Amino acid sequence: MATYLDAAAGAPLHPVARTALLAALDDGWADPARLYGAARRARLLLDAARESVAADLGARPDEISFAANATQARHAAVLGALAGNRRSPGLVHSAVEHSAVLHAAARHVEQGGHATAIPVDRFARVDVEAFVATATAPGVAAAALQAANHEVGTTQPVSDVAAALGRVPLVVDATQTVGHADLPAGWSVLAADARTWGGPTLGVLGVRTGTRWRSPYPEDEGESGRIPGTPDLPAIVAAAASLRAVEVTRAADAARHHTLIDRIRAAVATIPDVEVLGDPDDRLPHLVTFSCLYVDGESLLGALDRRGFAVSSGSSCTSSTLEPSHVLVAMGALTSGNLRVSLHHATADADVDGFLAVLPGAVAEIRAALGAAGL
Amino acid sequence: MILDARGRRCPLPVLDLARHIYDIEIGATITVEADDPAARPDIAAWCRLRRHDFVGEITAADGTPGFVVRRSH
Repeated sequence: MATYLDAAAGAPLHPVARTALLAALDDGWADPARLYGAARRARLLLDAARESVAADLGARPDEISFAANATQARHAAVLGALAGNRRSPGLVHSAVEHSAVLHAAARHVEQGGHATAIPVDRFARVDVEAFVATATAPGVAAAALQAANHEVGTTQPVSDVAAALGRVPLVVDATQTVGHADLPAGWSVLAADARTWGGPTLGVLGVRTGTRWRSPYPEDEGESGRIPGTPDLPAIVAAAASLRAVEVTRAADAARHHTLIDRIRAAVATIPDVEVLGDPDDRLPHLVTFSCLYVDGESLLGALDRRGFAVSSGSSCTSSTLEPSHVLVAMGALTSGNLRVSLHHATADADVDGFLAVLPGAVAEIRAALGAAGL
Repeated sequence: MILDARGRRCPLPVLDLARHIYDIEIGATITVEADDPAARPDIAAWCRLRRHDFVGEITAADGTPGFVVRRSH
């Protein structure tokens, strides 16, 4: 079986999540909003799961709602913060937010609103003063800043920005942070992704008490009116169990991952004409991105797949639109031969060693095929 | 010198540039006309890595972007 090093796209199901999922499929299938025995059992499971997730996120249970997936959580977070502040047309966000946040921003603009992207430095980090100056200008309804960048791992100055924003609600996409690092203080609206902590496909939406947030969806009672429809209770129970399990071992896992990523960064930097991207220190513990000159990302993914390694790429040839990653472009980074390597709870040191053993040969093979040797 | 890299996908426009940069004199410029969306960031990044000057971007008669590079060594 291939060595899976694409945890940022979704970690393999945690054993605790699997056990909880199977139990909840038997025990929690009924609609928790109904008033009979099976429904009451489902309601107890849902309440317990919500309390557990809320505790792990430092929130109150009534501040936490569950969405179908992380994309829905991000859309609801951004569009709900805007809908709650309709008299102001402006959204301010970093240029390197996840595409789901950018797509929500584009929808807002299509409907007559404004959106301003704040540029980033070469590590993909926003400048606090520049972000705050734009976000506190008149007419801004909400600001969006990720906890850390999902492609290059650089952490964003979320708590510093939040402290200076005043009344403007801050939407924090924490999808790569929860389960791997401390959640920064100061979020008004939060999006998280159970897939990144070994849970099933499930999004989490947090709305702090007192935040003006209004559902962007048609009227529905689901999840306290925040996410329409009946929640996927087995997925919620499994996600809560997995988050709790991952939190118990997080400090040790994060330290181990941080060291492994340091090892990858150092080894990859010795391959000729490779740029290792993102902040080397102030970053997520479990992911790293680098770009290789004279290499196309699609061939590199294929060469590594043949050698038994699953990773991802932000190069244009690997995207359905044939556009390079907007994160890499915003950083001014090389986009060719781009690879993102991300680790999960079950990644062994030997997996990383194996990857580092085959990578130089895979890069050299593609450069030779393109006739790039010596250029 | 003008290189026609229309229709050539990443990383080929950058390879075209690398193959021809030493065909021009030091201080002269070469323009890579390329419609691949990765050409813009990657030619700029190549100039940084190979220590040549990225002069800027022009538009060819057919609307294709042209990326102008000055050989610096």
